[in-house]
Amino acid sequence: MSHGHSPKEKVIYVGDSRVKKRVNPLLQPDYSAFPGKSEAFIPNFLLKEWMVGCVALVAFLVLTISEPAPLGYPADPNNTGFIPIPDWYFLFLYQFLKYPYASGSYVVFGTVLIPGIAFGALMLAPFLDTGKERRFYRRPIASSMMIVSLIAVVFLTKTAWNEYQHELKELNIIPEHIEREEKAREAAMEGKPTGQPKPNQEIALVDKDDPAMELMKKAGCLSCHGTDLKGGVGPSLRGLGDSLSQDDILKVLHEGPMKAQYEQALAAGVTEDEITSIAAWLAKQKSSTE
Amino acid sequence: MFKTVYNWIDERLDITPMWRDVADHEVPEHVNPAHHFSAFVYCFGGLTFFITVIQILSGMFLTMYYVPDIINAYYSVEYLQTKVAFGQIVRGMHHWGASLVIVMMFLHTLRVFFTGSYKAPREMNWVVGMLIFFIMLGLGFTGYLLPWDNKAYFATKVGMEIADTVPYIGPYVKELLQGGEIVGAQTLTRFFAIHVFFLPAALLAMLGAHFIMIRRQGISGPL
Ligand code: HEC
Ligand code: HEM
Repeated sequence: MSHGHSPKEKVIYVGDSRVKKRVNPLLQPDYSAFPGKSEAFIPNFLLKEWMVGCVALVAFLVLTISEPAPLGYPADPNNTGFIPIPDWYFLFLYQFLKYPYASGSYVVFGTVLIPGIAFGALMLAPFLDTGKERRFYRRPIASSMMIVSLIAVVFLTKTAWNEYQHELKELNIIPEHIEREEKAREAAMEGKPTGQPKPNQEIALVDKDDPAMELMKKAGCLSCHGTDLKGGVGPSLRGLGDSLSQDDILKVLHEGPMKAQYEQALAAGVTEDEITSIAAWLAKQKSSTE
Repeated sequence: MFKTVYNWIDERLDITPMWRDVADHEVPEHVNPAHHFSAFVYCFGGLTFFITVIQILSGMFLTMYYVPDIINAYYSVEYLQTKVAFGQIVRGMHHWGASLVIVMMFLHTLRVFFTGSYKAPREMNWVVGMLIFFIMLGLGFTGYLLPWDNKAYFATKVGMEIADTVPYIGPYVKELLQGGEIVGAQTLTRFFAIHVFFLPAALLAMLGAHFIMIRRQGISGPL
């Protein structure tokens, strides 16, 4: 549709329509200047391009499925043993700052001066390298500076990574994301929860109207473990079923640390059956219902 | 049907020139890998954009589960990674894509550098490209903190110590980013806002400028 008022045009702009007619169409670069076989972007080139795009996408998806994104343990500011490591593309700078002439009292050299000059020069490259020549082998200064910088960056990155690996080995540390994944896999095999326990998280009581709660009161357990089983003198019993089975709990009572309390409870008139039902109920206390 | 709707809109808004300006151009032989295999180096810009789109889309899905506070951040990521259907894939795409986009951007920058394409009249586009470069590094830095695991926490802490050493402005920059004296609750919310709103907005504006300039000037000619 052009703006010229052709008699066929159905919409006529009236009043103060400010859409101006474009006198000169946008200047499109004239590719006839380039020799050879030009091709229309739409549809010819795009049709091939999107097929290549699909292949790239599939390859990328295969990578993401075969190699899950790493995740360590929840951040703990009091952890003193953790070896900090940035993402790989910052390693070169990180390594550079470890050298004595770029750290300590010379740290400004490492954090501002050298990166400032390097990235400043890169940013202003078109204004520093103003010659008409474009081929890199005819621009020895610009090209060699770039190549030297590239070598330096690769070298620093590699050194940083090697030092990190060496440090891990020396201190016998398994990176947390690997350890967490291993442990989660083991826990999953044993049917235990795989996630990290959340601090201060309310673990709900399972079947809290069960008569076992009354029985525990009668047996005197609540005076130490809390009237809501959140713990007091004794530990919280919520979520106990995550780690102990009914038999384990009976063992704690019959011959474990709770033996004395167990005997007191019997003396107070609690029967063995009632103890068993308490243990059965405690074993049902799991933090997650899955 | 589609054609009728298109014509109806076109009559009113004259939209044909808009998409023609964007899409209707020719691909010269020297940048077309179908003719010269070595021309694949000209694909890196397009690949960077492709992965940038993946980053934006996967990031939008991540925010459906991610909770930006220090108590829940880790657990929301863990939940997404291990419990949500396809969560692992979405997080994986965003995680590996973040590295891949940087690789592609490096390669694209090197292509532009070694073919001397930054020279007149394309100086401004190179400068815009470098700004994009820094925005990308910023996205990488702020995104690294968000899972709030030890790696994230301590890397950010080191980053803040480095910022602190810059004379005069360093301590202010550090406090502005951290939102206080320590890497903590405020830092996480700030990094989240920067990662999800500020930098992507800047990135989209810069990409717009980048592409408009490429269309105006055309791709640089054969060497
Ligand atoms: C005098 C206070 C006290 C009373 C009363 C008491 N407990 Fe305990 N309970 C403890 C303490 C302290 C521990 C931790 C013992 C240890 O780990 O060595 C404990 C541990 C336990 C454990 C093991 C928890 C675990 O995580 O391994 C169970 C099960 C238990 N108590 C059940 C009971 C039951 C059932 C009763 C009622 C018959 C009871 N307790 C009464 C103080 C008490
Ligand atoms: C998100 C990041 C970026 C995207 C998506 C992007 C995309 C593109 C695309 C699609 C082209 C067309 C040619 C080609 O594909 O090679 C291009 C050209 C160009 N890019 Fe980028 N780019 C990005 C970052 C950069 C950076 C970091 C620089 C350099 C500092 C840069 C400088 C240039 C220049 C100067 C051109 C014109 C080259 C020519 O005409 O031959 N770009 N960009």
